Amino acid sequence: MATKVLMEALSPTMEEGRLVEWKKREGDAVAVGEVLAEVETDKAVMDLQARAAGLLLKQAIPPGTTVPVGQVVGVIGAAGEDVSGLLDGSAARRVGGSATPPPPPPPPRPSPRPMAAAELTRIKASPLARKIAADRGLELSSLQGSGPEGRIVVRDLEAGSAESSRRAAPALALGAGPDARTGFTDVSLTQIRKSIAKRLAQSIGPIPTFYLTTEVDMERVSEAREALNEAAGRLGGSAAGASPPKVSFNDIVIKATALALRQHPACNAWWQDERIRYWHEVHISVAVAVEDGLITPVVWHADLKSLREIAVEVKDLAGRARERRLQPQEYSGGTFSISNLGMFEIDEFTAVINPPEAGILAIGSVVPKPVAEGDRVVVRRRMRVTMSCDHRVIDGATGAAFLRTLKGMLENPLALVW
Amino acid sequence: MPVVTYRDALNQALREEMARDPDVFLMGEEVGVYQGAYKVSRGLLEEFGPNRVVDTPITELGFAGVGVGAAMVGLRPIIEFMTWNFALLAIDQIVNAAAKMRYMSGGQVSVPIVFRGPAGAALQLAAQHSQCFEAMYAHIPGLKVVMPGTPADAKGLLKSAIRDDDPVVFMEGEMLYNVKGEVPEGEHLVPIGRAEVKRAGEHVSLICYSKTVAQSLKAAEQLEAEGVSAEVLDLRTIRPLDLEAIFASVAKTHRAVVAEEGWYFAGAGAQVVDEIQKGIFDELDAPVLRVTGADVPMPYNKQLEKAAKVSVEKIVAAARKVLYLE
Repeated sequence: MATKVLMEALSPTMEEGRLVEWKKREGDAVAVGEVLAEVETDKAVMDLQARAAGLLLKQAIPPGTTVPVGQVVGVIGAAGEDVSGLLDGSAARRVGGSATPPPPPPPPRPSPRPMAAAELTRIKASPLARKIAADRGLELSSLQGSGPEGRIVVRDLEAGSAESSRRAAPALALGAGPDARTGFTDVSLTQIRKSIAKRLAQSIGPIPTFYLTTEVDMERVSEAREALNEAAGRLGGSAAGASPPKVSFNDIVIKATALALRQHPACNAWWQDERIRYWHEVHISVAVAVEDGLITPVVWHADLKSLREIAVEVKDLAGRARERRLQPQEYSGGTFSISNLGMFEIDEFTAVINPPEAGILAIGSVVPKPVAEGDRVVVRRRMRVTMSCDHRVIDGATGAAFLRTLKGMLENPLALVW
Repeated sequence: MPVVTYRDALNQALREEMARDPDVFLMGEEVGVYQGAYKVSRGLLEEFGPNRVVDTPITELGFAGVGVGAAMVGLRPIIEFMTWNFALLAIDQIVNAAAKMRYMSGGQVSVPIVFRGPAGAALQLAAQHSQCFEAMYAHIPGLKVVMPGTPADAKGLLKSAIRDDDPVVFMEGEMLYNVKGEVPEGEHLVPIGRAEVKRAGEHVSLICYSKTVAQSLKAAEQLEAEGVSAEVLDLRTIRPLDLEAIFASVAKTHRAVVAEEGWYFAGAGAQVVDEIQKGIFDELDAPVLRVTGADVPMPYNKQLEKAAKVSVEKIVAAARKVLYLE
C-alpha cells in the first residue's frame, strides 16, 4: 500500500514550503524517519522525513518548487506499485490508455486551510497531552514522545520539565529545547489587573506598550571587556583547542539582563490572556537579523551561564540563524527579548514586543559622549537602552526598577560575577 | 450491618416488596414448590401463597407474555427466567411487547414488569448456557438494564426495579449468588441509572459491572502494589448509563479500562467507550481499552473456558497498557 509524502507544516506558522533538495532518488529505499528532502519554511531549512518505509517511487515536484502544506510531493511504496492514483495533477493521469474516455477534470479544490495543514504534521500526542501543551504554550514538535509509535503522553510533558529544572546543571540546557515547563507560577488576574489590561488594550492596540529609556555608562564594562578579550587572546591556540570567542557588548548585556531579571521576576513573564505566567527561569530571546527578516533564537538559562558560554552559544545560534538552520524549538519559548542595533550605529530605538513575552530591550551603540561628572565635563562611553513593556504585565515603576538594576550591573560589572 | 449472601439479599428485596405492595407477584419455572432453581425465592410460596408465587410450565414466551398482560392491567409482575439463556425464547414479549407498549399506546399503558434471572457463565455449562445478553437488551429503547455486582446493590436495585413503572431487565450472576456482603436491613433503595465508585483512585478508571466488579477490585489491589492508584467505578445500571459518574472518574484519571463479561463485538462496554471519546476527548491520555470475554462460543473444556473468560490478570494488563507501563 503506497503512502503519499506530503509537504508538512514544519514550523508552527508555515503555510507553504520550498523543496530545496531531494535527499533520496526515485527508487531509493527509505526507512521511517529518514530524510527525504530539505524544505525551506518561512523560518528555516528543515528536513522532510519519511513517514513510511519502502521505496521512494516518485518525486512529484522538482527541487526549487514551492507548494502549500498538505500537497503531495512524492510517494513511498513497494517496487512496481502503480501510484498514479495518488498523485495530484496532470502528471498522474498519463497512465492508462484504455478505451474509456478520461474522467472529467476534478473541481478546483479549495486551498488547504491553515488548521488542516497543521494537522498534517501528524505529531502523535494524546488528546490530554495536546490540551496541556496548548495551555502551556508548548510546541509539541519540541517534545519526545514515549508512548507507542512515539506518541506524546502526559508524562512526557512532565519529564521534559523535570529535566530542565535541574538548575545545578545548566549545561544540560545548552542547545536543548524549551523544556522547562513547570518552572513558573501562574497568577490568576485580579479584577484591577483585568480592568487595567482591558482599558489599556483598548487605548493602544493589542499590546498596550510603553517605553522606558535610560543611559548606561559603559566605561567600566568596556574596560572589563577589553581585558577579558585580551586575556582570551593570550590563551588562544593553547592545548585547550580553538581559541575562545571574543565577548561582545551584546553578550554582556544578555548576561546582565538575565541576572537583573532574576531580581525582577515581574518582568520575566508571559501574558496569557486569562493569567500572567511568571517564569522562574530566564531564557533570553536574542533578535538576529537574517537576510529577509529576523529571528529570535533563545539562550536558555542565560542567568546561569558564563559570559564565555553565552558568547559561544550566541555565535553559533546567530550563524545558524543566518543559514536558516535553526530548529523551531531553538527560537520559541524565551521569557524576555533583547534587540541590539548598536552595530548599525543606532543611538536609540524602540523594539516591538515578542509575545507572549512582556518585555524587550532595545540596545543602542556604545558611543563616547560628554557627560557631567560633578562639575566637570568628561567624555565617557555611554549606551542608551530602551525597554518596551507590555503594560498588562509590567507597570511603569516595575519596569523602571528593573532598568535601574540592569544599569547598576553594567556600570559596576563585577556584579556580573557576584 | 448484617452480612448476607447476594442470593438472600435478592430474597429480602422480593419479600419486602411483596409484603409492601399486594400487586407484586413472582412467576417462573420452579419459583414456588422448589423454592427457585437457585433458591432466590426460598420461603415465598409459604409466606405469600400460590396466587402470588406462581409455578409455570417450561414456556418462557407464554409466561413472559402473561406477565406483560398482567402489568398492562395494573399488577407488578416479577418474571424469573431460570437463566437469561432461556429468555431467548421470550425475547419477542420483552422487546416487542414490554418495551413498546408505552410508546405505541401514546403513553396510555405502562408495563411495570421486572424480568430477572442469572446471566453469564458459571462453570462448564458450555456454549448455550454461558452467555451475556445485556448488550442485546440495552440496545432496545424502552428497556432498563440493571446488573448489580454486590449483595447490597442486588437488594437496593431489585426493590427499585420492582417499583419502576417501566420494564426492567434485571441480570444476576450464578457465580454471585453465594457472595457475601453487608446489606442494610429493611428499606434500602439503590436508584437505577446511578453508578458508584467502589474504590477511589487517581491514575486509571476501571469501569465494570456485575462479576467484573470484584475482579476490578482485585486488579486495583494488585496495581496498588506497583504504585498505581486505580479507581473502580461500578456502573450497576447498563441502561441508562450514568455518564456523569463515568466522565467525572475518567476526567480525574485520564485513562480508562472497561471490563465486561460478555463478548467483545458491540458489547455494552463499547457504548461506554463511545461516550467517553465523545464526551471528554480532551481528558484522555490513552485510548480506552476493553477487557471482554473471548469472541467465541464458550468452550466446555475447563482450561479453554478459563482462557476465554475475563480475569484479574487481563484487567491488570489492560490498566498497565493505558498507563504506558509496558
